Order: sequence, then C-alpha cells, then structure tokens
Amino acid sequence: MTAVYEPCYEPWNETRGAEIIAEHARQEGATLVILHALQEAFGYVPEAAIPMVAQALNLSRAEVHGVFTFYHDFRHKPAGRHVLKLCRAEACQAAGGDALAARAEARLGVSLGNTTADDRVTLEPIYCLGLCATAPSAMLDGRLVGRLDEKRLDALVAEAQR
Amino acid sequence: MSMRLFVSRDAGAVAVGADEVALALEQAAAKRGVAVEIVRTGSRGMYWLEPLVEVATPQGRIAFGPVTETDVPSLLDALAGNTPHLLRLGATDEIPWLKRQTRLTFARCGVVDPRSLDDYRAHGGYKGLLRALSLGSDAILTEVTASGLRGRGGAGFPTGIKWKTVAQAKADRKFIVCNADEGDSGTFADRMIMEGDPFLVIEGMTTAGITVGATKGYIYIRSEYPHAVEAMNAAIKAAKGGGYLGDKIGGSTYSFDLEVRVGAGAYVCGEETSLLESLEGRRGIVRAKPPLPAHHGLFGKPTVINNVLSFAAIPFILAEGAKAYADFGMGRSRGTMPIQLAGNVRYGGLYETAFGVTLGELVDDIGGGTFTGRPVRAVQVGGPLGAYFPRALFDTPFDYEAFAARDGLIGHGGIVVFDDSVDMRRQARFAMEFCAVESCGKCTPCRIGSTRGVETIEKIINGERVSENLALVEDLCNTMKFGSLCALGGFTPYPVLSALKHFREDFVPAPTTLQAAE
Repeated sequence: MTAVYEPCYEPWNETRGAEIIAEHARQEGATLVILHALQEAFGYVPEAAIPMVAQALNLSRAEVHGVFTFYHDFRHKPAGRHVLKLCRAEACQAAGGDALAARAEARLGVSLGNTTADDRVTLEPIYCLGLCATAPSAMLDGRLVGRLDEKRLDALVAEAQR
Repeated sequence: MSMRLFVSRDAGAVAVGADEVALALEQAAAKRGVAVEIVRTGSRGMYWLEPLVEVATPQGRIAFGPVTETDVPSLLDALAGNTPHLLRLGATDEIPWLKRQTRLTFARCGVVDPRSLDDYRAHGGYKGLLRALSLGSDAILTEVTASGLRGRGGAGFPTGIKWKTVAQAKADRKFIVCNADEGDSGTFADRMIMEGDPFLVIEGMTTAGITVGATKGYIYIRSEYPHAVEAMNAAIKAAKGGGYLGDKIGGSTYSFDLEVRVGAGAYVCGEETSLLESLEGRRGIVRAKPPLPAHHGLFGKPTVINNVLSFAAIPFILAEGAKAYADFGMGRSRGTMPIQLAGNVRYGGLYETAFGVTLGELVDDIGGGTFTGRPVRAVQVGGPLGAYFPRALFDTPFDYEAFAARDGLIGHGGIVVFDDSVDMRRQARFAMEFCAVESCGKCTPCRIGSTRGVETIEKIINGERVSENLALVEDLCNTMKFGSLCALGGFTPYPVLSALKHFREDFVPAPTTLQAAE
C-alpha cells in the first residue's frame, strides 16, 4: 500500500515571491517559467504576484494576466488538499472513461472542474496523460494510475478523501 | 555475480505498478540474500504485459509479465531454480509482437538505462553525431534529404528542406526547438522515447544545431508529462558532463546547449507557431504564416522546429546512412513510423514499422481487436483532429498520401480503437467541444465555429430538424476547414465529417414510423 502523499505548499509571502521571481527573471521568455515556479511554491499564483512578475519582466500587468489566464494549469486560488485528475480524452473514452468520470462525480458530489465543499478533493479533467495503451487513466497528486476500473477508481477516491 | 533484472520506469508501466514490483523484487531478494541489480529501463512498448520484468541470461533477456507484487516470491523461485513460471514469456526479442517490428528509432527503448550515457554509447549512441561532425553541414543536409524523412509531428513536411532553409538563413542567432507537446489522445511515442532513450533526442537536436549553425535548443514538454521532463533534464545534465553538450562538442569546434521548458496545459501549443509564442513567455496564440519559423521563428530568429520523433530518427540516418532508412516505406513515406495502438485495444502499445502496413493489420492482427472482446466499430487515427475510420476502410495503407486520399490523416501515428458501443454523435460533438475549449481564439472559424458546432450537433442528438442541421454542420465544417489559421480549427472537421459520412446511421434515426404504417 502506497503511503498517502500530501502536497505541501508555503503560505503566500511577498518576500519569498520576489525571490522566486528574481531567480528566473533573467531567462529569455521567463513568464511561464516564473508562473510555474510560483505555483509550485504556493500551490497557486496569488493575484498579488501578477504585478510583481510584470515589473520584473518589464511587461504590463495585462500581459502577465493574459498569459496566466490562457493556460489551464495555473490556479488563481489553492486547490483542494488532493487533486484527482481523470483523463477525458478519446483513448480513455473508448475504454469506458465516461462512466468512470460520472462515477467519480457521484462519489465526490462535485462535477469535474470543482472542489468538494470540505476542500479535500479537487476533481479535474485532463486531456491526455499519454497512458493511452493502459486506459482509462488518472493522476492523484502527481501519481499515475492506469487500467482504471470501478474498484481502482473507488480506492483512489477514498484515498483522496482521507 | 549478481542477477541483473530489468523493470521499466516508463510512466505507462509505473501507472500499472512497476515501481511497486521493482521495490518488492529488491526487498524479497535482500531477504533471501540474493544479490540483484535492478535496472530501470524505458518500456518495450508492450503495455498489456506491463509491469514487465526481464532477467539477463547468457542467451539474452528472458521476460515475465504482467507481474504484480504478489507474483514476486514465485518469480524469484523460478529464477533461482530456472524452473517454469506461468508469467514466463520466453526470450524478449523472440516475442512475436516485438520481433515483427522494425525498430530503428525505438531500437534502444526498453533495453538501456535511460539515465546512463555510457549505456547509450555502448548501444551505438552518438555514432550518428560523430559521423555528422566529420561530414559537415552540406553533407548532413544531403543525407537527411536523401533519407526522405518527413516531419513526424503530423504535417509530414520534408525535414531536409526545413533544415536547409534555416542553414541558409543569415542571422546572429538561430535556434533548435523540439516540439514535445504531444497532446493528441492515443499518442505516447514522444513520451516513451523521452523517458526511455532521452539521449537519442539530444543527439538528434545537437545534429540539427551543428547543421544549421544554431547553438541553443529548447525542448518544450507538456506539463502532463512530468516523468519525461525529469528524464530529459537528467539526460541533458549527463550529456553536458560527458562533453556532448556545451562548448566543443565531442572535441569539435561546435557548441550547442539545451534547455527544457514546460508547457502549461494548452493543446494548441502543439501547433508550432503557438509553441514558439509560449516559449517566448506569451499566450499561445497562433501566428500567421508566412513568415515561416525557418526564417522568423523563436525570438524572431531562424528556427528549426521539429517533433520529438523527427529528431529521434536523425541519429540512425547519420549512423547508418540515408539509404538504410529510405529503404523502408512506400511512395513518398520513407522509413519507419512509430505507431501507437491505444484505447479499447487488446494488445496496445508502441509498434514501429515501415510505412505501408494496412490499418486492418494494425488493428485486428497486431492490436488483436478490442479488450472488451466486442467488435471493432471505429478507429480514430491521428489524434483529436484525425478522422474516424470504419471497418470498410481497413485496407488503407499507413502512408501520408493514402490517408489524405481518404479524407484522413496519420498525424502523429496514434490509433484509438472503439468497440460497437460507441455513439458517433457523441464523438463528433466531443471533437467540436475540444476545439472550443482549446481554441486560441485568434481566428473566427475556429473560435466561433467550434461553439456553434457543439450547439448544432447537440440539436441533432436531440432530434431537432435533423437533416437541416446535418447540412449546417457540413457547411460549418467547410468554413472551418478552409478558413482557419491553423490545424486546430482546420482539422477539427476531419473527425466530425468522417463520423457523419461513415457512421450516418448514428445521426439519422431509422425510419421506423414508415414501417409501422404498413
């Protein structure tokens, strides 16, 4: 049995944010690199960080906001304690993924793209984990699971709820 | 002497328990006082057999699979006594599914330790680059052009011509960019090769660098592939340590450096100009072409942008010569294609073979039909923008032109198999939905057309004025096909129109009322 892994993030702190930004700001085309680094540290990209990134890169706030909102990965608020991503692309659809997604939604009481009321689990769709020959597949906090069936899905959901 | 075991560290194998099996093997062996060395390789690509465990013997590797943690004690018994085991598959190289392939690009994948530069070199790695260094730019271009290699990302543009354009461009800086934003469902070859043989990609990119005069390269990997990011970063570090990246590569006068950049979950960034925008730190908005990236690419400089598999094909071509590569294939599709069998398929995985094999052979014979055991009804070839093919077209040979002639595309070589429970109306709607979500928004046919497409197909599903709405969808698809700026809006009509054409019965209800009236 794999131990339950819980992602651990720092609380937002302006000094720490500035440090992270400064660390990457000199790379060419650094916007995505910085947004990734901020999210890795804090679990999301705090709104207060956007003007800081803009200033460091000599961009407008609108430009950085535009980049931040374009990409599905970046969060404007923290996710639930665990993030369960279900692959919803064609290969997983062909292997029974639709029914499993509906089952996960019913078990957790939220639809894809939302977080449970107790903030424990964020359930998200993902469009292809590249595990198309062991479909359907899922990812729980970075851990990959293939050949998903009802039993394995239920175990994953239970693990995420803990 | 310790026993050498091989367990894959490929994400697809890890997702079905390879890490747990490797750990159980290590612990059980320690408990028994048996000395084992467990090498974590890439995957052989036979995913129904993962986790696959191989053992080195004087006669070559012997395979067992699929192995679970509970099989470990009996497996060690069998290995100790050289006795039969239920999961024993015999010599790995003799497994027919593997033996029938022509592995030029994937020759080392699943065999070598992807973290070891020495292992790569011991298996023929960097032979191609060393020859390239002695040939020089013009002769490399001649080889790459003569090999007939065409871009493996999907567009099929001749690689030699692309490289030549960049080589001839005058600029203070040039770039090599590897498109590893493998977003198509049903494809995983880029992921596998990056995880299983990352030095191959580095060698291919380095060769491109010395050919066109670029000193910096970027690998843009999608964020959904954390294992590939880790593998490429580790390999880049090792290659630098070994003198294969950085200044004076392999003792030559050439310099070349590489950096991994991670995407952020935007499908459209697999489109090359959108990827370049993203690399520059902007929204992944598609650029109008011309200018071509070869003239005006990353940071406005001449740029070679190729798919992972295109770069990965280069070392073989340089090491063995263009002819050795071009001898495989059919028509204008030369060499081999790493084909990916996925979805509801019995024997899913990576099957590299010369162009020309038929779709039917791939699905029925090699793929073994569906894992649900139900009849195959449809296969989508080439990702979310690829056409759905019915059984009636299973004689189509795997070849760029043959698929285009039947209103399809081979794309990045992914084949997703569906059984007879599939509802093609839903698949058509999904194609439009996906386009609507992922559209970058720059051009109207894609941005608005996809949303109107979802709504109109929804009406068809609800039985509202079906024939009128079908005509509307077809008209809309034509607008998207010819009016969109890039392949996202331009190719979304492929799955939609093919579903309408080949699976009409799903869209038009059978005329039951007429029969009842008689």
